[in-house]
Amino acid sequence: MKTAMKIHNLREQWRNGFAKMMKEITMLNKIMTASVLALILAACGGKDTPKASNSTQDIKQASYMRNQIKIVGSSTVYPFATTVAENFGRTSAFKTPIVESTGSGGGLKLFCSGLGVNYPDIANASRRIKPSEVKRCAENGIADIVEAKIGYDGIVIANSRKSPQMQLSLKDVFLALAKNVPDGNGGIKPNPYKTWRDVNPALANLKMEVMGPPPTSGTRDAFVELAMEGGCKAFTWIKAMKKTDKAAYKALCHTIREDDVFIEAGENDNLIVQKLGTNPKAFGIFGFSFLEQNADSVQGSIVNGKAPTFENISNGSYPVSRSLYFYVKKANVGKVPGIEEFLGEFMSDKASSADGYLSEKGLIPLNAFERTKWKASVLGLEPLTLD
Amino acid sequence: MTEYALITSPGLKRRHAKEARFKWYGRIAILIALSFLVFMFSVIFYRGIGAFQQTKIALDVTFSKQIIDPEGARDPQALLSADYKPVLVQALSKEFPDITGRNDKRRLYKILSSGAVYEMGKRVSQNPDIIGTSQRIWVTASSDVDLYIKGKIDTKLDNALRKLKDKDIIYIEKLRQEDRIRKKFNTAFFTNGDSREPEMAGILGAALGSFFSLLVCFLIAFPLGILTAVYLEEYARKSKLTDLIEININNLAAVPSIVFGLLGLSIFLGVFNIPRSTPLVGGMVLALMTLPTIIIAARASLRSVPRSIREAAFGLGASKTQTTFHHVVPLAMPGMLTGTILGMAQALGETAPLLMIGMIAFIVDIPHGVTDAATSLPVQIFLWADSPEKGFVERTSAAIIVLLVFLVLMNLLAVYMRKKLERRW
Repeated sequence: MKTAMKIHNLREQWRNGFAKMMKEITMLNKIMTASVLALILAACGGKDTPKASNSTQDIKQASYMRNQIKIVGSSTVYPFATTVAENFGRTSAFKTPIVESTGSGGGLKLFCSGLGVNYPDIANASRRIKPSEVKRCAENGIADIVEAKIGYDGIVIANSRKSPQMQLSLKDVFLALAKNVPDGNGGIKPNPYKTWRDVNPALANLKMEVMGPPPTSGTRDAFVELAMEGGCKAFTWIKAMKKTDKAAYKALCHTIREDDVFIEAGENDNLIVQKLGTNPKAFGIFGFSFLEQNADSVQGSIVNGKAPTFENISNGSYPVSRSLYFYVKKANVGKVPGIEEFLGEFMSDKASSADGYLSEKGLIPLNAFERTKWKASVLGLEPLTLD
Repeated sequence: MTEYALITSPGLKRRHAKEARFKWYGRIAILIALSFLVFMFSVIFYRGIGAFQQTKIALDVTFSKQIIDPEGARDPQALLSADYKPVLVQALSKEFPDITGRNDKRRLYKILSSGAVYEMGKRVSQNPDIIGTSQRIWVTASSDVDLYIKGKIDTKLDNALRKLKDKDIIYIEKLRQEDRIRKKFNTAFFTNGDSREPEMAGILGAALGSFFSLLVCFLIAFPLGILTAVYLEEYARKSKLTDLIEININNLAAVPSIVFGLLGLSIFLGVFNIPRSTPLVGGMVLALMTLPTIIIAARASLRSVPRSIREAAFGLGASKTQTTFHHVVPLAMPGMLTGTILGMAQALGETAPLLMIGMIAFIVDIPHGVTDAATSLPVQIFLWADSPEKGFVERTSAAIIVLLVFLVLMNLLAVYMRKKLERRW
């Protein structure tokens, strides 16, 4: 009796199970049909627009058209470019441009890869475009590039406000961070210095600990070129070497030590700022905008007698400062809507002048004379010439 | 009992002690893991919970017709982009009649968000009838004011080092005494796209970007994955070739996700010319990444369907296809879906493959489809964490909370489906 009941129950369960299964099968079928349909739609979606239009010219236009400006490039220029993009998007009838942070080199590489929808219209750079990059651009059909200089950025060597402010010279910076240093007899030796006092008897007797950006960073390139090489040149015999043996000169001046004194802290400058807060003995290397936003917790060291302040960077007396640029494809102006208007916004007084909104974000603007000059050449779409 | 103990007594105590010790090791391991988890969650919640509230300032705004809409056309587009700054400046000066200097006035205006004018535009264009009237309106305060109200600015610090000066604090305190400053629920955080101003930044753009990417990912990976699994498990004869395929699928599951990004860059962007930075290409890359996970889970759940079911179906005269699609696949469905959901949850948290295809970008406009430029939630977190503005610290944690909520929901769905639909043999 009991077993019979059990079998009956089991059979009942199975029947229910099958009903459920059938439902699931239909569901599965539906899902599959839906997904196949969606795939077909997605595949056709891009081609629909040109088909709808009649004349061949329309098709050409449509295959080129993009209604949104694309910007790539330097992570240092990123905060400024995005601010301008956002304001542009809000106050104009155009879509807000897309800004990607790829680093200066990566950005210019993408920029120079070709003309067309899939390549950016504008590349930001925290250094000037190189002749090799201009050549690459030309090879890919990008003949006319408009150059715009937008301002300056200082690179600071900062520590926590809990510790005293440091007074460094570029020579100190070089001796502290170079892989090899002069041994005093006209030769070089691996960097033996462990404390700031070893580097310069006038400095504090404190173990050196410096956090800085990795080699992929534009900040690192600029720091090496401006601070390290600047300090390197303080030795007359090394300076003389530049003419005789350029490779050795570069290797000596541009190589940062790899031991525990210099710590590569990744591209995230915020992380360095946070670490400085918890470790008062450590120093960090990053852009001025991060110093300005975090002035309550970190302070910039004085370099060659100049503090990293807005005024000192803007008048060029702070030694570790660089220019910021962006580059525009002239061929895309008029094809991608809004480029000219975007340039207008970027170069306008309310954005990049001394009391424009970009200065609040930490951009150090050009002086009035330079600004008028650049504004005229950018808005006039004058093509770049390298001298 | 005692006899038994006597027989085995040599070493028994030691063995018991060993067992007890092992239990404690296990407990300690779990405790350590749990405490890490609790620590992580509490830090994120402590930091991020503030972002769900936003400081607002009540102003008596006169929507003067002369300034906003002098012609009286009431064109919504024109109303949206009209210049509302004078309106706000006027309202502020009414509140602070004794501030007259140009610089002081500018300082005073800075307590409002730079996005306040756009909020006004939205408000007026949605309800043009308020033109000509005077109303008390809650306007978003600037990020510095917000941080001050939330107690995140150290007022003991030297005046020169603070972004918010003593003067500003006097203004704020005056407003606070009149109950014109309040923390309100931060709706902008859930309805806005990205912004450079922390107080205006929201996650809707990123959340929709994630949604569209996952949709594309699901539509591609699910049918492909299921069909692959069914074929390999039910139809394919075991040969060297299928072995090779199987090994490769298992290996693919362990390939770092950035590699799929590179593949997407060179194939989808390079060869097929799919537009950069769109959820379409993002979803396709994520689909490649989740495919092995789905295939492996689906095969495992197909394998767990007992042989007897297939034989019973054959015995009743069903064909191979009928057997597979009427009996085996439906029974394996819960397991397949669970695997898919877990794969999708993994895809939701990915940033690395999106790096190469341009989805790590500043995108303000909210996407409306798979071909609009978009970011995704984890990318938004990454971008905010990298921003110099202090106000983004809490936004970053808040965005992490939102992402975690989505992940937990997806995992709960997987658990629920497993519990509800799973059949035990």
